Amino acid sequence: MRGLGFAVLSLLLANMAVASTAVVEFSDESLRIRYQQLVQELRCPKCQNQNLADSNSPISEDLRAQVHRLLEEGMSDREIKNYLKSRYSEFILYRPEVNQNTWLLWAAPVVFLLFGLWVLYRLYFNRSSSDMPVEQNDQLSSVDQQRLDQLLRNKDKQ
Amino acid sequence: MNRLALFIPLALFAALSVVLLLGLDKDPQELPSALVGEPFPEFFLPRLEGDQAIVSREDFRGQVLLVNVWATWCFACRIEHQKLNSLAEQGVVIVGLNYKDQRAEAKLWLYERGNPYQFNIFDAEGSLGIDLGVYGAPETYLVDGDGIIRHRRVGVVDDRIWDAEFKALYQELTGVSQ
Repeated sequence: MRGLGFAVLSLLLANMAVASTAVVEFSDESLRIRYQQLVQELRCPKCQNQNLADSNSPISEDLRAQVHRLLEEGMSDREIKNYLKSRYSEFILYRPEVNQNTWLLWAAPVVFLLFGLWVLYRLYFNRSSSDMPVEQNDQLSSVDQQRLDQLLRNKDKQ
Repeated sequence: MNRLALFIPLALFAALSVVLLLGLDKDPQELPSALVGEPFPEFFLPRLEGDQAIVSREDFRGQVLLVNVWATWCFACRIEHQKLNSLAEQGVVIVGLNYKDQRAEAKLWLYERGNPYQFNIFDAEGSLGIDLGVYGAPETYLVDGDGIIRHRRVGVVDDRIWDAEFKALYQELTGVSQ
């Protein structure tokens, strides 16, 4: 019986937890979309592998409220990100900006792609040259060459 | 030449291993500070001590001081408090930032454990906390006479951290050895 009571209580509390994070009132519905987008892309500074949307930590709650406030004040997404970046450092952006610290990170996929293409290119051309032993044709010994000429002549006679 | 090229993957692997090995020593909880070298953010907040007076940056009065973010719900702050008391005894000016706390509990804390603070900023909403980029108490900021943040420590300041991170800079800024 106590177990059941605990289960029911847990369920009720779980619902409350969802409700407390889900209900955010906006003066304009277009702000809600931008809010959802922002809290997905901003990182919780305390619980480092979660974004603001996923995290239940107090600091995330505060920052969600702050994002909400700034949206209502009419700040652009970029301004809000800069606002948080100037306080919590670039760490807070899950999508880091391109700068001298991050260009390698951003360039890496392109570099790896080009490297992969280069490897494929090398593999393809190396194989096709070894399948057709052109180089060896060039280096026929004179004996072989004579035999070949003879065979070709015989073939013409037939 | 072709033979040497076979060692390229091994070399890349070795380089990556070294980078990752160096990374092991880093504390992932330690964030780069956005505010070091920047002025302490402006604020207008009540004092914890309960009078109606509002405190602001002006109350730092051009002194070299520590701003210590603390709260009664913060367990590590208990450990840190002894060190703050002894620093205050040595004449270090410390301003408290009581962060998202209950006024009565915070006052009781200072009554029981001693008060190392010149005064306490009472930031119940955590608004100055957001401006400072606070993400966990305790945090300690070293502010110079021009109101510029010169160093920030997230986590407990103990003897070791004080000697390693604060002492030299503090002495340089104040021109006093202690």
